[in-house]
Amino acid sequence: MTIAPERTRAWPLVGEPPYEGSRIPARVPTILDVPPALRETDDILQVNFGPNHPSTHGVLRLIVDLDGERVVGISAVIGYLHTGFEKNMEQKTWWKAITYPSRVDYVSYQNNELVFVLAIEKLLELEVPEKATWMRMLLCELNRLHSHLVFLGTAALELGAISMFWYCFRERETILDLVEQVCGQRMHTRYFQAGGLAEDIPSGFFPECHAFVDWMPHALDDYLTLLDRNQIWLKRTKGVGLLSAEDAIALGQSGPVLRGSGVDWDLRRDSPYLAYDQVDFRVPVYTGCDVYDRYRVRMDEMAESTKIVRQCLDKLERMEGQPWIADDRKVVLPPREELHTSMESLIHHFKIVTEGYRVPEGEVYVAIESPRGESGVYVVSDGGPKPWRVHFRAPSFAALGATATCVQDVLIADLIAIVGSLDAVMGDTDR
Amino acid sequence: MSFEAIPGFVELKEGHGETTVVVEREQILDACLYARDELGFRFLADLVATDYLGWDAHTVSGYIGTPAGRDLNHPMTQGFQAVPQPKPKRFSVSYHLLALQHGAPRVRLQCWLDDGDPVQSVVSVWPTADWHEREQFDLMGIEFTGHPNLTRILLEDDWDGHPLRKDYPIGGEPVRFSDAE
Repeated sequence: MTIAPERTRAWPLVGEPPYEGSRIPARVPTILDVPPALRETDDILQVNFGPNHPSTHGVLRLIVDLDGERVVGISAVIGYLHTGFEKNMEQKTWWKAITYPSRVDYVSYQNNELVFVLAIEKLLELEVPEKATWMRMLLCELNRLHSHLVFLGTAALELGAISMFWYCFRERETILDLVEQVCGQRMHTRYFQAGGLAEDIPSGFFPECHAFVDWMPHALDDYLTLLDRNQIWLKRTKGVGLLSAEDAIALGQSGPVLRGSGVDWDLRRDSPYLAYDQVDFRVPVYTGCDVYDRYRVRMDEMAESTKIVRQCLDKLERMEGQPWIADDRKVVLPPREELHTSMESLIHHFKIVTEGYRVPEGEVYVAIESPRGESGVYVVSDGGPKPWRVHFRAPSFAALGATATCVQDVLIADLIAIVGSLDAVMGDTDR
Repeated sequence: MSFEAIPGFVELKEGHGETTVVVEREQILDACLYARDELGFRFLADLVATDYLGWDAHTVSGYIGTPAGRDLNHPMTQGFQAVPQPKPKRFSVSYHLLALQHGAPRVRLQCWLDDGDPVQSVVSVWPTADWHEREQFDLMGIEFTGHPNLTRILLEDDWDGHPLRKDYPIGGEPVRFSDAE
């Protein structure tokens, strides 16, 4: 059995940034102020960039101060998509609350669902069958591919490479079809339950998923051919949006943004959950600290995710007939066919659906490596059927805090590339 | 790792494999600085406030999990009602810290406060706390002293109240123009 990869470099790679000194704005870390000398001139133009601009991936509003085409001041305004998920979840039973997290970050829906389910299981101290663990890993990696494909397609589209969008969405469509085959739903699957999976894996899934992982490396080659030697793409991304390793850590960056700044950190390897300590994969790290290296991290991660999916498939095919959900009738719904014959099962079913299962008192913080970085959830239970408090550590929320640091002395056109490379999902930011 | 030396140390709690260090509210800034510089927690993952209003007002019953399975003999498991452990004050503010080193050690610094008590801002320790503190101010009404820009972040600037508080009414939101004939 291969074990998660050894570290190849010293921990974390601080000390290799291409420049010295912090660039985080001094007054407010998330607001870039116009220099006083410039402010006195009449040349500053203040522009509202968003909230309804197609390149902001939703409803992000940036108030940009321009001196000609140069960005000299910026502040981000968020909250246009705030829907009160955390308050809503306090009113629902644990069982029903699982529906919400996948709507929070709607691009990495499967990972968000996982983190909340893991938190419930941690409080319940519930053992999950091996098959469910590996299937969760497989779906989360498919979801990572999906999320990076959406990033790549839209980020390239914003810089003018329209065909990238069609190529990326071709593979994304295949992934969504695979997910639909397993979960019955393309997105927001609610396939993960406390204790395991909602249903067994359909047998037709394996050949189709094999076909997909065989195809995916070719698709990645296609993307590289289209983009990686494209002079326009290189000139628009290289050396743009610099964020040093120290600044990235101080600003709470995680995931591809952190690894693109040269910090060798991935929760899948450094704090393994599910069965990530039993699969073989590499953690790509680049030290360029720019938009281009964030793109390269994501490209490499797609290749690694494909490898993980293949290993999960091999493992799962040998688990035919094994249980996919824990056998704990106080938490897990009984099998449907038992309801016609067993009074006990009917009672359990009724109690779980109407009243919800009860989760022991306590507070936990669970974090996983979602496609956007550290996605965490803080959960407090009073021992009752509803969560007392749920809070999401949203990686997009942290990522957008770095906007003011990244956009210093760039042109307005580069702003689009930089915000795209931070890969923020507004649902995740605003919750 | 020795947490007892953290400035303002009150108590150390272990639960579900997680370490919680409760510190004095007045010394949270020193405690955070110490955790970052002496203990190596350079990464602030999350900053979250919780409202415990009405926490032990009603009893709950439930199934008590143990690593070996369910403890079916526990009184709560058999339907007897129990009151959750009382909390020292109404609000808690938790700082989830992570050290970027082998084993990914995490710790939760926690301080307790009543309504209206201010908490020192840790923006100077971790710049990422800027938006986290604004969010908790916005939704929970915790005041962070020394924050350079403490304004609402997710809700509108003229919003009334702090929705994540337990005494915030659910439903019954005023409908715009409803009184205009």
